[in-house]
Amino acid sequence: MRLFLNEKICDEKQSDETKPMLETDHLSRIVSDKRLVDDITVRVQKGEILAVVGPSGSGKSSFLRLLNRLDEPTSGTVYLEGNDYRQISPRELRRRVGLVTQTPYLFPGTIADNLRFGPRQQGKDLPEETITFLLDQIGLADRANSDVANLSGGEAQRVSLARAIANSPAVLLMDEPTSALDEEAKEEVEALILQIVQQNALTCLIVSHDLAQAARIASRVMMVKAGRLEKIGSVTEVIHVESNFY
Amino acid sequence: MLKAIFTNQLALGCAQAAATTVLALLVMLLARQREIHLERETVVALMRGIVQIIAVGSIFLLLLRGPAWTSVLLLAAMIVAAAATSTQRAGEMPGTFQVSLYAIAAGSGAVIALMTWAGVIDTAMTSLVPIGSMLISNAMNTNSLTLNRFRSEVESHCGLIETGLALGAAAKQTVAPYVQISFQASLIPAIDSLKSLGIVWIPGLMAGMLLSGSDPVYAAIYQFVAISMIFSASGLTALISSLLIRNHAFSPAEQLTLRPQAASSRGGSRSGSE
Repeated sequence: MRLFLNEKICDEKQSDETKPMLETDHLSRIVSDKRLVDDITVRVQKGEILAVVGPSGSGKSSFLRLLNRLDEPTSGTVYLEGNDYRQISPRELRRRVGLVTQTPYLFPGTIADNLRFGPRQQGKDLPEETITFLLDQIGLADRANSDVANLSGGEAQRVSLARAIANSPAVLLMDEPTSALDEEAKEEVEALILQIVQQNALTCLIVSHDLAQAARIASRVMMVKAGRLEKIGSVTEVIHVESNFY
Repeated sequence: MLKAIFTNQLALGCAQAAATTVLALLVMLLARQREIHLERETVVALMRGIVQIIAVGSIFLLLLRGPAWTSVLLLAAMIVAAAATSTQRAGEMPGTFQVSLYAIAAGSGAVIALMTWAGVIDTAMTSLVPIGSMLISNAMNTNSLTLNRFRSEVESHCGLIETGLALGAAAKQTVAPYVQISFQASLIPAIDSLKSLGIVWIPGLMAGMLLSGSDPVYAAIYQFVAISMIFSASGLTALISSLLIRNHAFSPAEQLTLRPQAASSRGGSRSGSE
């Protein structure tokens, strides 16, 4: 799995080193006169981890939902590896831009069933060794046939993460993946996210209201307020300067 | 008691209607004591019911003297009215009138046409219109149940549906379990009617045939025929309705548009954190 992803990334590197993996171009979404996302333009380079921070209701999740087209922008667009995402079929786009939500919604069945879900949509059967590898990565080795109904919150979130990775995405979006977890589980999942993102050389956008977490995980931070991009830069530039903005 | 007071049939009918209305209002008051407020809906439904049935009875009286094709016209009008009623029940879902019209027309229309062709339903207006209306009415109820259940299932499983979409699943596939649940749930009344036929209830059609002097066994068999037709019309309607409505839950870019009001206005679903 990791080998496969790395090979894919090497091929892509040869094509264009400077092209951003993901780029939003004046992206906006207005619903009932409310500007949920307001004219956001950002570039995310391959392998980068960008944290999206901001107060509650600032439009962080709304912004994230536009990136894999779960919601439609009212203006602007997104470029994935230089291609306008409206030219890519929504199903293919969502396979390439994975999403891990705050609440891990697992499909009824076993952990393995959940991991197989994404590849099955493309008519592929996830090999047993890949399932074993993924479960090993998330610390749930030998639990492939466990019913997801019996998982703890932390375990469920780890399965949710592995399920997104099983789809071999190029970009991984994470919407407050640890906010519903207790402290212990939060630390576990956070460490796992870093490990998986780095091992698989993924481009990652993570929404977080926890500035300390954003500082620990991200290479760059963008701050959103009232749907607008307030500031973007290094952790030092954004978080340490503005750490008392709440 | 009423028969002793009223000798004129029309007056007796009015008195009987008044008695049943009072009973329905008492039930409504009982519900009100339990903080269930159905006052407005019940009164409107009762008023509409009595006005509509008297109007239809009068029109029916006129049409009986007209050519046979008028029964087709009457049934078509009933289908449109049924679709409109069902649409109101479904709430704010896009495309529900269209879905209801197609489903009820195809479900009840196919059964009426086929059974009339087979000779199960007599082509005489006095037979075709009442039986046809019975099928349309039941198809309407089934359609309302299907749409209502589908809506509530989708709204309570937004997170799971969007998780499926986010993993690259086809929109239709993400709602497939809820289409199935809606279909099954909407057919429960029709199945129960079949199962309890003759044991729990003796339906109006059989009672009417007995009163008009038909052979009791034939009346019983024909009642089974009627209930079977209702089941077929309802089943077909539910199937078409549940398959058609799933397309209206998504945008062309396979985004879930059928979401609880609060989630829609903030542009996200329950899975969102904001």
